[in-house]
Amino acid sequence: MKKVEAIIRKSKFSKVKKALHEVGVNFFSYWDVTGLGNEKEGHVYRGVSYSTSDIQRRYLSIVVNDDFEEVTIKAILDAASTGEVGDGKIFVSQVDEVYRIRTGEKGGNTLK
Amino acid sequence: MELLTINNVWMMICTALVFFMHTGFAFLEIGLTRQKNTINILFKNIFIITVGLLLYYIIGFNLMYPGDFNGYIGSIVTGITPPENGMTADYADGGYTWWTDFLFQGMFAATAATIVSGAVAERMKIGAFMIFTIIYVGFVYPIAGSWQWGGGFLSSLEFGDATGFYDFAGSTLVHSVGGWAALVTVWLLGARIGKFKDGKPQAIPGHSIPLATAGVLILWLGWFGFNGGSVLSADPEATSLTLVTTCLAAAAGGVVAMITSTILYKNLDLTMFLNGILGGLVGITAGADQMSPEDAILIGAIAGVLIVFAVRLVDKIKLDDPVGAIAVHLICGVWGTLAVGLFGAKAGFDQFVIQLIGVACYAVFCIVTSFVIIYTLKKTIGIRVSEREELEGLDAHEHKMDAYPDFRLNEH
Repeated sequence: MKKVEAIIRKSKFSKVKKALHEVGVNFFSYWDVTGLGNEKEGHVYRGVSYSTSDIQRRYLSIVVNDDFEEVTIKAILDAASTGEVGDGKIFVSQVDEVYRIRTGEKGGNTLK
Repeated sequence: MELLTINNVWMMICTALVFFMHTGFAFLEIGLTRQKNTINILFKNIFIITVGLLLYYIIGFNLMYPGDFNGYIGSIVTGITPPENGMTADYADGGYTWWTDFLFQGMFAATAATIVSGAVAERMKIGAFMIFTIIYVGFVYPIAGSWQWGGGFLSSLEFGDATGFYDFAGSTLVHSVGGWAALVTVWLLGARIGKFKDGKPQAIPGHSIPLATAGVLILWLGWFGFNGGSVLSADPEATSLTLVTTCLAAAAGGVVAMITSTILYKNLDLTMFLNGILGGLVGITAGADQMSPEDAILIGAIAGVLIVFAVRLVDKIKLDDPVGAIAVHLICGVWGTLAVGLFGAKAGFDQFVIQLIGVACYAVFCIVTSFVIIYTLKKTIGIRVSEREELEGLDAHEHKMDAYPDFRLNEH
């Protein structure tokens, strides 16, 4: 089992969600995050220019069986890209075990 | 009798509108500052209106309207007792009753300190501010007001063909009186931590632009009473003309400030748009009943340009005024007062000189008094909160309260 974590633009969230549903990934968690990056957002307030390096993004955490890893990543790559700096990142890591709290069962079946 | 009733009802409505301006000031000030200082600012505003009214009852009203006096300072008479004819048409040409007179003027009185409140936000000790407010609203404002509205020396000043300084509703008597004190206090207080880095002004964005916007629109509404009530009766022509000039100047001030700031800074800055509206309102206040609609638009438009450059100037000379009070109330207040000598029914060189003398008299009096008060406070109890209190917020330290306990995200 793999954990696919993605940091994407908030504006791309609904497109990514739809793309994930289309490849059969229906369960995942997400939350809004603030981060630092190469991108700077320019602002002007009462005649004073300033830029904020804190960037607002959405963080998705998706745990899938190994055979879903590739389609999940591809779905996010296709749906979340604008080609501009700041599109985000995807991290993939190994998950040792998964439990379903209701029944106590474990293993890949719990992700279906 | 019937006319007195009509007049009096209008004046009481205006009294209520001026009262409502305190909501506008409160919203504007908290909107343009950071969330960690919200309680502190609201506390100051509530303190000003409550204590201000009581002070006006105790000494202010009599000090400001002493009747026959030497023209410079009235005597201290405590409490208010209506004269025998105070509730009849004999009093004030039947424009209002004596009770209404007290309350309408009382609502004005607190405004001067409110102007200072915004300018010193986010760093001034609340105790020092309270003491300043008591002295400024209790003594300085009424004495300054008596010079003109109380029949003092400025109201009969002669120069050439012109007689009498003119300030219809308080560009100088209210707004500049607050503005000069704001200037002095901001200077003695110093800038907020982080406002200037390597000598360059930094942006410290306010935490709620929607509240600031509501505040400005409420202030505009309140100005219907501020200027409309300054007619001192419900005279149909004078009140309606005054509301027309007031609104046109506000609109012109906003639009021109918006255009000016967009040209200068290449962004559509809502806060400048809002300050422009207030600049227009303050600018028209001295001559709202003397101007044609065209004059009013010009006065407002010039105020709109002044606002943008004044905000820049205040930054440049390293004064930190979070809400733009100096630009709005001082610069535009002075402009509006001088504009009486340039535009409208009273325009003329002689009147202009009198207006200039008036502005200078108030400048000297307000700068000296506010300097003495604030400097004394600085050397005794201190006027500035500690660095830690400032960084963590005045709400947490001065009040041990949180304005939005359920929304704690930004710790800046």
